[in-house]
Amino acid sequence: MSRTRSLHLAVALDGPARYDADHYTDLVTLAERGTLDFVTLGDSFARPGLDALAVLARVAPATRRIGLVPTVTTTHTEPFHVSTAVATLDWVSRGRAGWGVGVSPTQAEARLFGRRPAAPTDELWREAGEVADAVARLWDSWEDGAEIHDKETGRYVDRSKLHHVDFEGTRFSVRGPSTVPRPPQGRPVTAIDITGAGDEGRRTAARHADVVLIRASSPEQAAALRTALHQDAETHGRDPSSLRVLLSLAVDLGESEPRPEPGLGGYSCGPRLTTPGSHYSGGPVELAELIARWYAADAVDGFHLAPIAPHRDLERIVNGTVALLQHRSVFRTFHPGGTLREHLGLARPANRYALSKGSS
Amino acid sequence: MTDEGRPTLHLAAHFPGVSSTTAQNSSTSGSHIDFGTFEHLARTAERGLFDFFFLAEGLRLREHKGLIHDLDVTGRPESITLLNALAAVTDRLGLAATVNVSFNEPYELARRLSSLDHLSGGRAGWNVVTAADAFTGENFRHGSCPDRVDRYTRAAEFVATARELWDSWTPDGRARPVARAGRHFAVEGEFTVPRSPQGHPVVIQTGDSDEGREFAAAFADVAFTRHGDPKAGRAFYRDVKARLAAYGREPDDLKIMPGVTFVLGDSDEEAQERATAVRREQVSPQRAILVLEQVWGRDLSSYDPDGPLPEIDPDPEAVLAQAGAGAGDPCRTATRWRELSRRKGLSIRQTVIEATSGQSFVGTAGRVAAEMAGYVGSGTADGFLLVPHRTPGGLDEFVDEVVPLLQERGVFRTRYSGTTLRSHLGLTEPVWKG
Repeated sequence: MSRTRSLHLAVALDGPARYDADHYTDLVTLAERGTLDFVTLGDSFARPGLDALAVLARVAPATRRIGLVPTVTTTHTEPFHVSTAVATLDWVSRGRAGWGVGVSPTQAEARLFGRRPAAPTDELWREAGEVADAVARLWDSWEDGAEIHDKETGRYVDRSKLHHVDFEGTRFSVRGPSTVPRPPQGRPVTAIDITGAGDEGRRTAARHADVVLIRASSPEQAAALRTALHQDAETHGRDPSSLRVLLSLAVDLGESEPRPEPGLGGYSCGPRLTTPGSHYSGGPVELAELIARWYAADAVDGFHLAPIAPHRDLERIVNGTVALLQHRSVFRTFHPGGTLREHLGLARPANRYALSKGSS
Repeated sequence: MTDEGRPTLHLAAHFPGVSSTTAQNSSTSGSHIDFGTFEHLARTAERGLFDFFFLAEGLRLREHKGLIHDLDVTGRPESITLLNALAAVTDRLGLAATVNVSFNEPYELARRLSSLDHLSGGRAGWNVVTAADAFTGENFRHGSCPDRVDRYTRAAEFVATARELWDSWTPDGRARPVARAGRHFAVEGEFTVPRSPQGHPVVIQTGDSDEGREFAAAFADVAFTRHGDPKAGRAFYRDVKARLAAYGREPDDLKIMPGVTFVLGDSDEEAQERATAVRREQVSPQRAILVLEQVWGRDLSSYDPDGPLPEIDPDPEAVLAQAGAGAGDPCRTATRWRELSRRKGLSIRQTVIEATSGQSFVGTAGRVAAEMAGYVGSGTADGFLLVPHRTPGGLDEFVDEVVPLLQERGVFRTRYSGTTLRSHLGLTEPVWKG
C-alpha cells in the first residue's frame, strides 16, 4: 500500500437499552482513553432505546477526540433532516461525526409511519445510496468561507458560494442548499455495514462509504472481500485507498482463558472465531493477538468490536487488548488529530461545487 | 409562584440568529454556528436562572428576487441535535426547539423529543409550528403541504399522536402498543422510549390567529406572542386565558410570554443612544432597500437609501408571490411609510429604521426591571422571551444587571427549586392517560 498503514479500532456501544446519559458518557470516555478511532451506536425505529444520534450529541461535549458514529436510517426519514442532523453532530463535536447509513426493512417499522409498506432490501439500499449522495451534496452546498460578515454592505454570506443541489432521486427530491453551513470535516464520515445488505448494499458502500464494516471467518475471506470492495470503488471512480474496511466482531471477554474449539476460525489453538466469523470469545490478550495477526496479514484496515457486555468488555478491550497492541507498537498511543477523518487517515474532501467552478 | 407566594416572572432566552433583531456585523458579534457560541448563551441563561433557552427553525434558506438572501444571518445548526449537546454543558436550563409538524412524522419526532427529555433529565420543550409552504416543501419528500385551513387540524392531530406515544408506557415500565389511524397520520406499533422525566416535553405555541389562540388554549403549556406592549399584551392575555376553561384547563396551565428585545444603559439617555446605534447596525443601506423591495414587490436597487421613498406604487401580486401570506396590504404600508417619511423628513433607510423599530425595553437596568415586574400580576404576561441583539454576549449584561434587581423585587427566583422545565414553569406533570 502506498500510504503508511495504521490500525484502526472502533467499538459498538450497543447493549440492553439504557435511558440515562451518564451510562453512555462513561462508555465513550473509556473508549476515548483507549485512543480508539470511533464508537458506533446502532438504531432502528423498532429497537428499544433512545435516538442514537441524540445520544452521541449528548456525549459530544463531554469528550474531546473520539469519533461518534450513530446509525441513522434512510428509509422513513427525510434526507434533508438526516443531512442537517449529522452536520450538526459534526459542529457540536468539532469534527468528530460519522453516520452509519441504515435501512428499515421491516413491516413493523413501516407501520410506525403508516406512509409506505416495507420494501425489499435491494430497493432500500438503492434508496440509501441516493440519500447518501443527496446528503453529501447538501454538506457541500456551502463552500468553505461562504460566511463573510461584510461590515460595509451588511452582507452575511457570499451567495456565490451557496449552491442549490437540485437532487432528483427515484423517491425524493431536494432543492437545497442546506440550512447548516459546511461541517468541520467537510463531509462527516459515512460508514456502511454490508452484512445482510446484499449486492445493492455492497454497491452503495463502494460508492458512498468512507468506512465499510464486514464479517469474515478467516483473513483470506476478509482480504477477498476488501479487494472486491476496492474494485467496486474503483469502478465508481473512487480511489480505493480512501476506503477503510473494518472487521466487525462481537466480543465476549468474559472468559479469561480460551477454551479450545478445534476447527473454527482456522486456528488450532488460542483465540478463534466461530463460524461464520462474527463472534469472538476468549481473553483480551488473545484478542490482541488475533487483531495483530489479521492486521499483519493485510486482511483488513482495522476492527469494529461489539462487546457482549458493554462495560465489562470495553474495559477489558481498553486496558487489556489495546494496551497490549500499543505496547507492541501495533496501535497508536494518542489520537493523531482532532477530527475523525484525521484518525482514519482520510483527507477532508474537496467541495464538489468549488471544484466544478474552478474547472469551468 | 415564588417561595413567598408572590407571582413569578418566567424568563426564556432566544438565540439571536436568523432575524432582523440581530446586529450580526458589529465588532462584538461572534460565530453563529460554532458550538462555543451556543454554550456561552446557554450557560449565561442558566447563570441567570432562566426557565429555558429557545431556538427557532428554518428549513430553507430565504431567497429574495430568486437569489439567496445574503443580508441576514443565514445557516444554523439543527435544533434538537444542538440541544442534546447543550444538555451536556447545563444542569437545569430548559431546552426548547421549534419543530414544524409539516415536514416531520409523529413517531420519529416524538421519539427525538422524548430522547432529548431523557438525556437532559426532563428539560425538553417543543414549539409546535405549522409553516407548510411549497417553497420549503421543495427540500422534502412530501413536497408542498396541506392547505392553510388544514394547518391546525394537522397540528392538533400531530400533537395528540405524540402524546399518545409518550403515554404508551405504563407507570411500571411496560410498553403498550399504539394503534392510531387519523386523518393525517397512521401509527401502529410500540414506542421504543419509556415515559420521559417530564411525562411529556413542554409544548409551546406561537401564532396570533384565532386558530392559533385556540390551539394554544387546547394544547400548549407556553404561548409566545408578539404583543410586547402593555395594551395589546393585556388584550391577548385576557383572550387566550379565557379560552382555557373550554378545555377543562386553569388559567395558570398556560404561560404567556411575549418575545421582547432590550437595550440597557447607565442612564436612560445612554440606553436610547445605544438603541439607535443598534438599529443602524441592523439596517444597513442595502438592507433598507431590501426591506423596501419586500414591501413594494419591485426591484428598487437603483434607489438611494439616503434619498426619498419611491413614488411608484407597490405591486401587490408580486409581494404575495414572493413573501407568501401574512405580509399585510402593501399599498397601505407604502402610504403609511410615505406619510412617516414626509412628516419627519426621513430618508429610505431612516424610514425603514423608524417603521420597523420596536425595542421593547430600553433604559437603565432599574427601569427595565421595574417595567418587567409591572407586567407580572397585572394580567399582561407571565414572563418574557428575551431576544438579545448580539452573539454570543448579548445576554450577559441582562443577567448581570437586571436579574439581581428582579430578584430584589421578589418577582424572580433566586435558585432553581426543581430540575425539570415543567417545574421551573410551575406546571404539573401531565396525568398519565393509559
